[in-house]
Amino acid sequence: MQHHVLIVDDSKLARMVMVSAFRRLRPDWNLTEAVNADEALRAISNGSIDIALVDFNMPGTDGLELVARIRSVDAKMPVAVVSANVQDEIISRARELSAAFVAKPLTDEALAAFLSGAVLKLRKAV
Amino acid sequence: MIADVSDLSDIERDAISEIANMGVSRAAASLRQMVGEQVLLSVPAVRIVDRNEAAALVERGNSSRLVAVQQLFEGPFSGRALLIFPEGQSLELVRSIVGPDHPLEDIIDLEQEALAETGNIILNACLATIANVLRKPMRMSLPSVIRGDGSAMFETDVRDPDANLVLFLYIDFTIKRRDIRGFIALLLDLPSIIALKEIVRDFVDGIEKQQDSAG
Repeated sequence: MQHHVLIVDDSKLARMVMVSAFRRLRPDWNLTEAVNADEALRAISNGSIDIALVDFNMPGTDGLELVARIRSVDAKMPVAVVSANVQDEIISRARELSAAFVAKPLTDEALAAFLSGAVLKLRKAV
Repeated sequence: MIADVSDLSDIERDAISEIANMGVSRAAASLRQMVGEQVLLSVPAVRIVDRNEAAALVERGNSSRLVAVQQLFEGPFSGRALLIFPEGQSLELVRSIVGPDHPLEDIIDLEQEALAETGNIILNACLATIANVLRKPMRMSLPSVIRGDGSAMFETDVRDPDANLVLFLYIDFTIKRRDIRGFIALLLDLPSIIALKEIVRDFVDGIEKQQDSAG
């Protein structure tokens, strides 16, 4: 089944890396890119996003704040915080928001594991 | 007073090098993943120097045109982390990360932003590991790219004498099979050096206690 994924990262390079990983892992899924929290929330309010991948270190609203705002409108969407900031504190804050944590540099294995979990979660929610 | 702070005992120096080494090893592993090539690291050097000496150290053996990605960190101790390359190598670095499929024009367009993201990943890997080892959360700023000579990197024109001495921790690395060398440097000013010494002392005490209870 195809899903619609939102990729939120202020870095073009980081988005390119993410998109190319999707081309290998889930080539038929739809991807939407956002460069900050406002764009991300606008995309989500359109209603077609199933899964979100959110960078932590962004100008303005950071990734954890964005996830908290996503949670206030959608408690169940599978979300991952993606960051090289692998501090225990950041990872546990992501967990508190029921979000996964995926470390940068992104590997296909880590992304695939998150996506498999997300697919299961979406299937259960139906 | 200067003699007091600029003295690191052997155990303090050893502990700081070891903790830094864990951070930098994780950073090197990240860089290796990004470029797909082996990354070789030197032994970390930890010294308390003035800014002019720090500037001279990174220029040694390099052209004086450097490019650096800088991130400020803040926590129980604060400072700046820098990923530094000779300017002539930054395009080669970006090319090795985005892969061979992109034409040169794209790489030039992407250079600034790719350097910032690469620095973000490498410096965060290093700082976050140090924060985790010491159990002291730190906040990291967004990355910024600066260009210039060693003096520009280390702001040698600072007048405040307290800000002139820096704990300079640096490691040079080489990407094997590509002609890319660089440094990772962490700079801490005087109040942060004092704070770090205390944290490191607690850290060492903790390890000694564990040894005692295990023995």
